[in-house]
Amino acid sequence: MNDTPAAPLLDVRGLKVHFPVRRGPFGRVTGHVRAVDGVSLALRPGETLGLVGESGCGKTTLGRALARAVEPSAGRVLYDPGDGGDPWDVGALSRRGLRAYQRQVRVVFQDPFSSLNPRMTLLRIVGDPLKAHGLASGSELEDRVADMLTRVGLSSRYMRRYPHAFSGGERQRISIARALILGPRLVIADEPVSALDVSVRAQILNLLLELREQLNLTYLFISHDLSVVESVCDRVAVMYLGKVVETGPTSPLYAQPRHPYTEALLSAVPRPDPRLRGAGRRIRLADDLPDPARPPAGCSFHTRCQAAVDGVCDVPGRPPELAPAGEGRLTACHRATDLTLTGVPALGPAVEGA
Amino acid sequence: MTGLAAAPGAAGTTQTPEGPPTEKKGGAPPRDSASQWRLVWRRFRRHRLAMLGLAVTAALYLVAIFADFLAPFGTEHFDEDYPYAPPQTIQFDGGLHVDGYTTAVDNETYEQTFTTDPSQRIPVGFFVRGEEYRLLGLIPWDRHLFGPTEPGAPMYLLGADRTGHDLLSQLIHGTRVSMTIGLIGVVVAFVLGVVLGGLSGYLAGRADTVIQRVVEFFMSLPSLPLWLGLAAALPPEWGPLQRYFAISVVLALIGWTHLAREVRGRFLALREEQFVTAARLDGCGRRRVILGHMLPSVSSHLIAQLSLSVPAMILAETALSFLGLGLQAPVVSWGVLLQDAQNVRVLETAPWLMIPGLAVVVAVLALNFAGDGLRDAADPYRR
Ligand SMILES: Nc1ncnc2c1ncn2[C@@H]1O[C@H](COP(=O)(O)OP(=O)(O)OP(=O)(O)O)[C@@H](O)[C@H]1O
Ligand code: SF4
Ligand SMILES: [Mg+2]
Repeated sequence: MNDTPAAPLLDVRGLKVHFPVRRGPFGRVTGHVRAVDGVSLALRPGETLGLVGESGCGKTTLGRALARAVEPSAGRVLYDPGDGGDPWDVGALSRRGLRAYQRQVRVVFQDPFSSLNPRMTLLRIVGDPLKAHGLASGSELEDRVADMLTRVGLSSRYMRRYPHAFSGGERQRISIARALILGPRLVIADEPVSALDVSVRAQILNLLLELREQLNLTYLFISHDLSVVESVCDRVAVMYLGKVVETGPTSPLYAQPRHPYTEALLSAVPRPDPRLRGAGRRIRLADDLPDPARPPAGCSFHTRCQAAVDGVCDVPGRPPELAPAGEGRLTACHRATDLTLTGVPALGPAVEGA
Repeated sequence: MTGLAAAPGAAGTTQTPEGPPTEKKGGAPPRDSASQWRLVWRRFRRHRLAMLGLAVTAALYLVAIFADFLAPFGTEHFDEDYPYAPPQTIQFDGGLHVDGYTTAVDNETYEQTFTTDPSQRIPVGFFVRGEEYRLLGLIPWDRHLFGPTEPGAPMYLLGADRTGHDLLSQLIHGTRVSMTIGLIGVVVAFVLGVVLGGLSGYLAGRADTVIQRVVEFFMSLPSLPLWLGLAAALPPEWGPLQRYFAISVVLALIGWTHLAREVRGRFLALREEQFVTAARLDGCGRRRVILGHMLPSVSSHLIAQLSLSVPAMILAETALSFLGLGLQAPVVSWGVLLQDAQNVRVLETAPWLMIPGLAVVVAVLALNFAGDGLRDAADPYRR
């Protein structure tokens, strides 16, 4: 449609989401949790971008800000509607514009138990988006719900059942059906399989991949499981304390990380192949994630980075910026050029046929 | 509204065990399509004490509704020839009857005392003709469930008060006022509590802070003096009906705070629930999210909470009326009836005047049992 082939579907520039911290009897704001603190990213049409990082680094918040489930505090998100027109400035959309955007950008939640209203039947859960957007009603709505359920591998006979009658994997299928029934172009999947039993993970991942082919979807795939990310994602963005510290195509990034944090994450991945076990040294990350309300000065990773150099990495006001690092990669490290980091060889597919 | 919900073990997510790898049904077949109220009822029924409480409560409200028919006499009926007449017992010998009374006058104090006299028979029967009333406030009728077959004959199954009112009839009529004043108070409290608590929980932030401070202020007021003050401030020229409503509002002014807290807590937790975020992203407007998704999730809980605040209101009304600041004769409530039992000397001669207190205890216990059972049954999916 567009003659510039690389035009991103979603272009995120300096996005910030800060949550006020209220204290005391009158709820005075005493600080801000910088859950997302200046993220720049580009999502290309048709790709699956993995978003990885430790718990609490802001992945979920970023995903929700992109879906406008939370209000960003600063930054811009540009969405290419794919009709040849100008990109939409997602932060400045009118109410109607926002509804249209939220039809095209949908979310699959992590927890298949709390994301489905226990008091509604599948028909209502999956059909509600159609109704709320005034797209279908009555028997047409039922037909479309039945169709969607079949697509995600559930029998349409279950339409009048309540979610508690289903297993975790089936619930996640319901969640996927709800997301896809509006015919979105971008799906933000927030850890879609991490709450599931290992035995059903592969089925759900395969389903997501099949649907991506059939429906021309683009995925933002949030996960902390690096082996899952390797098997489903074309590109990976690594997040640390509210910032993206490295992005790049999956295999080169895994084979040779350019950021010490990526290296540390990769070194902690369990190796399925016993011959590879112990091949790389495991980098222990010191302590826990720093308080996102008071991120360290300079490079926010310097408190835990093995390669940190005093006077370079911890200078206040001089955080490393994302910079090109070859092979379509970006990294935010002052020492990117003089470090040689070890990655992991191909981890082997976590999903058959992926 | 994000991270907290995603955090492991957040707000009551039940991790029901994963089904077998083949992804077959998790739950037992009958659970598949049970609606929420059916599930609540099923759990409730297993609760013996709660069922008993519910039955007694239902009976009390039936009495309240059909008071005119069930009571042998109307509220205004009295016979000053029989002050403090003791209770009679119903006897059967071919037909039903109660014994009449003989009077003895104490030579020194000129005090009249009554004793039942087996030689006098006052026949009683079912569906006897008596005073006219309007059944359910509509249908004029003059039949009473039972009473003396001969109108005007003395029948005091639970004894009489100082002016010769039949205590049983008074008690039955009092049920109506006592059991409903709590309901009206609860409705007012419910509206205040749900609206303010809901706003507080849904909007969070500053609105929440302000509302919570107001709630705490009301909670910190000692309730009895406040009630007394407010009740005493009611204009004395107000009629019984006005007083009745005013008192129920006074009761509600205290009662709403707990409910508001409850609703707020639930809404705060619900806001973080992913299904609420999901509903917003599905395109549901604020109204639809609150009314269609959040309120139904707390409704069973709210109703349980409500049924637990009715007994508190009943007790409060009783206390106020007992102290002479609540309802006043000619309105009959259990509290008003208990005013007669304030005097120890009177209680010596007419201990049956304490029976309305027993009614209060029974009603409060029954409502509490039922409410507890409902509360336990209210959350079939969580916890
Ligand atoms: N509504 C909120 N109010 C205040 N702080 C929040 C809120 N939501 C998230 N946070 C904080 O923002 C930070 C990032 O949270 P987020 O859930 O985005 O992390 P995450 O990377 O998704 O973690 P996880 O892997 O555990 O899901 C955390 O410190 C979290 O406590
Ligand atoms: S800038 Fe310094 S502290 Fe930060 S990642 Fe690079 S080497 Fe480590
Ligand atoms: Mg998360």
